[in-house]
Amino acid sequence: MFLALRDLRFARGRFALMGAVVALIAVLGVLLSGLASGLADAGISGLRALPVTHMAFNEKATSEQFSRSTVEQEDWKAWAEAPGVERAEPFGNTLIDAQVTQGARKGTQVNLAVFGMEPDSSLAPRPSRGKGLEEGGAGIVITQEIADQGVEIGDVLTADRSKVRMKVVGLVDEAISYGHIGVVYADLDTWRHLHYGLPGDLPEAARQQATAVALTLKPGADVSAVEKATATRADTKEATFDASPGYAAESSTMALIKGFLYAISALVVGAFFTVWTVQRKAEIALLKALGAPTGYILRDALAQVVVVLVGATAVGTAVGLALGSAMVGKAPFSLSAPAIATSAGLLIGFGTVGAAVAVRRITAVDPLTALGAAR
Amino acid sequence: MTTPSTDHRAAPDAAGSGGLRLDDVTLVLGDGDTAVTALDHVSLTVAPGEFVVVVGPSGSGKSSLLAVSGGLQRPTSGTVHVAGTELTALSDKERTAARRRHIGFVFQQSNLLASLTVREQLLLPLHIDGRLDAAARARADELLEAVDLTHRAGSRPHQLSGGERQRAGLARALMTSPAVLLVDEPTSALDRARSAEAVRLIAEQTHEHGTATVMVTHDTAIMDAADRVHEMVDGRLS
Repeated sequence: MFLALRDLRFARGRFALMGAVVALIAVLGVLLSGLASGLADAGISGLRALPVTHMAFNEKATSEQFSRSTVEQEDWKAWAEAPGVERAEPFGNTLIDAQVTQGARKGTQVNLAVFGMEPDSSLAPRPSRGKGLEEGGAGIVITQEIADQGVEIGDVLTADRSKVRMKVVGLVDEAISYGHIGVVYADLDTWRHLHYGLPGDLPEAARQQATAVALTLKPGADVSAVEKATATRADTKEATFDASPGYAAESSTMALIKGFLYAISALVVGAFFTVWTVQRKAEIALLKALGAPTGYILRDALAQVVVVLVGATAVGTAVGLALGSAMVGKAPFSLSAPAIATSAGLLIGFGTVGAAVAVRRITAVDPLTALGAAR
Repeated sequence: MTTPSTDHRAAPDAAGSGGLRLDDVTLVLGDGDTAVTALDHVSLTVAPGEFVVVVGPSGSGKSSLLAVSGGLQRPTSGTVHVAGTELTALSDKERTAARRRHIGFVFQQSNLLASLTVREQLLLPLHIDGRLDAAARARADELLEAVDLTHRAGSRPHQLSGGERQRAGLARALMTSPAVLLVDEPTSALDRARSAEAVRLIAEQTHEHGTATVMVTHDTAIMDAADRVHEMVDGRLS
C-alpha cells in the first residue's frame, strides 16, 4: 500500500466525496435493515417467541395457514405419540376486534391477535405481572403493545362479534405481535368462542379444534408417517413466518430495496474507480515501465478500494446507528447487530466487486506509453 | 528482412558481460500498408560507464531504440542483451523483472508520481522489488545529495521546477544500481543553461556508477559531455 495510502492523502477531496456517497448508502442500509427487523418483529415476533420447533397445519391449507388451517384433537394426540416428537400441543390463532368495556379506558377499541393454548402447556405465557392462564377462567394475558393502548390488568374486554367477555389477568411486558397486531394469550376454550364468533355453548364439532399442532421435534425426526395419518404437514417455525399475513410481501419488498441499494453502491464505486483508474493511466504506465508487476499495482489499487469502503461504511454505519436509535419505538424499527453487520458486509462486498471490475483496466495499460514512444 | 548482421559498431570489450548490446535489431510497427520500420537493422554496444548520445529528429526511431533496449517492446528481429542476459529471450514476466533490476529509465515528462515526495519517488523502485530497507534509505539520501535535492526531499512534484523534476527522475533511475540507464529527451522542458547542467550530471553519474547509458535527444547542442554520439535517421543508426 505504498502508493495507495499516499494517493488517498493526496487526492483526499475526491476520495472524500466518493466516501461520502458510500457512507450515505451505509446510513440507508442501517435504517433499512432496522426497518426490516422492525417489520419482522411486528409481523412474527409472536410466533418467534413460541417455544416450539415446528407447526403442523392441515394439509389442505397451503397458504396463510394460520387463518385457513383447522386441526382436530385426534391429530395432536396422534402427533404426541409419534416417534421423534417431544411435544405436540394444540395452538389456536385468530385476529379479532374488541372494546374495553370495563376499566379506565372504557370504550377504547383494540385489535387483538389471540393465541389460544392449554393453560398447562409449554406454549402458555409467563406473565411478568399478574397471573397466568387458568382452565375455564376466561382470563387473558396481554402483551406490551396492548398495554400501551391503556389496557390494564383487571380491565374487561368484550369481543365485537361474539360478545365474549375477557378479563385481563396478566401482562407480558414485551412487544410481542403477530401481523402488526399485539398478541393476547387465551385458553383454548375462550379462543374457540372468539374464533368462531359464538357466545355460549359451542357446537360439538368446534370443541375439539385448533389452528395447528405446535411441535417440538427431535433433530432429524422423520414424521412423514404421522403427517400422512393425520393429513397434516409440518413446517419449521421459521417457515411458518411466511404464513403470517403480509410478512412474505414485506420481507420481499425490503429485500428488493436492499438489493437495489447494493447494486447502486457497486455501480457508484465502480464508476468512481473507473474514472480514477483512467486518470492514473500515465502513472500506471510509469509503474509498469519501472518494472512493477501488474499484480503489485492491482494489489495496491484493491487495498485502496477496501480502505475507502471500510472507512466510509464504518462512518455511515455509526451515523445510521445514531439516527436509528432515535427512531426506535416511533416506527416499526429495531436494531439487530447481525442484520447491520450483514448489511455493512454486503455493502463492502458489492462495492469491492464494482471497483474490482474498474481496476481490471490496470492490466491493459501499456508501459510503452510512459516513454511516449507510441507517437 | 534477410539482410545479414553487420555488427560494425560493437565495442568488443563490452560484448557478452555487462552493458547493453543490440545485434541487428529491426522493429516494424503496424502491419500491411501501414507498416512502419521504426528500427532498421540497428546494432549498438554500450560498455559499462560509457555515455552514448543518439540524436535525431522526432519520428526517427529514437524512442523505439529506448523501448527495445529497455525491454518495453519486443523487436521484430535481432537480439538485445542487458548485463549479459538476452532480454529478447525472456518471457513478459521475466522482462518486467529485468526492467526492475537492471534497467533505469529517465523519462521526458510527467515521470514522477503526483502523490509521492521526492524521497518516496526514490524509494518506490525498491518497494516494488521488495527491498525497501535501511540500506535503500541510505542510498536514497546519498543520491539526493548527488543530484542536489536534499533540501527538496519532502516536496511533491508540483512544488518542483522542471530541472528539479528531471534530477529526481535521474536519482530514481539510479536507485536500483542498474546496468543500463536509458534517458529520453531529458532537456525538453529545460532552458539552455539547465539543459547543459542536466546532461553533465547524467554523464557524471554514468561514470561514477558505471552504467551503460544511452540518451536520446533532438537537441544537437547538448552532446559535449558524450563519450560517443550517433545520429539516427529513418530508423538507421550512423
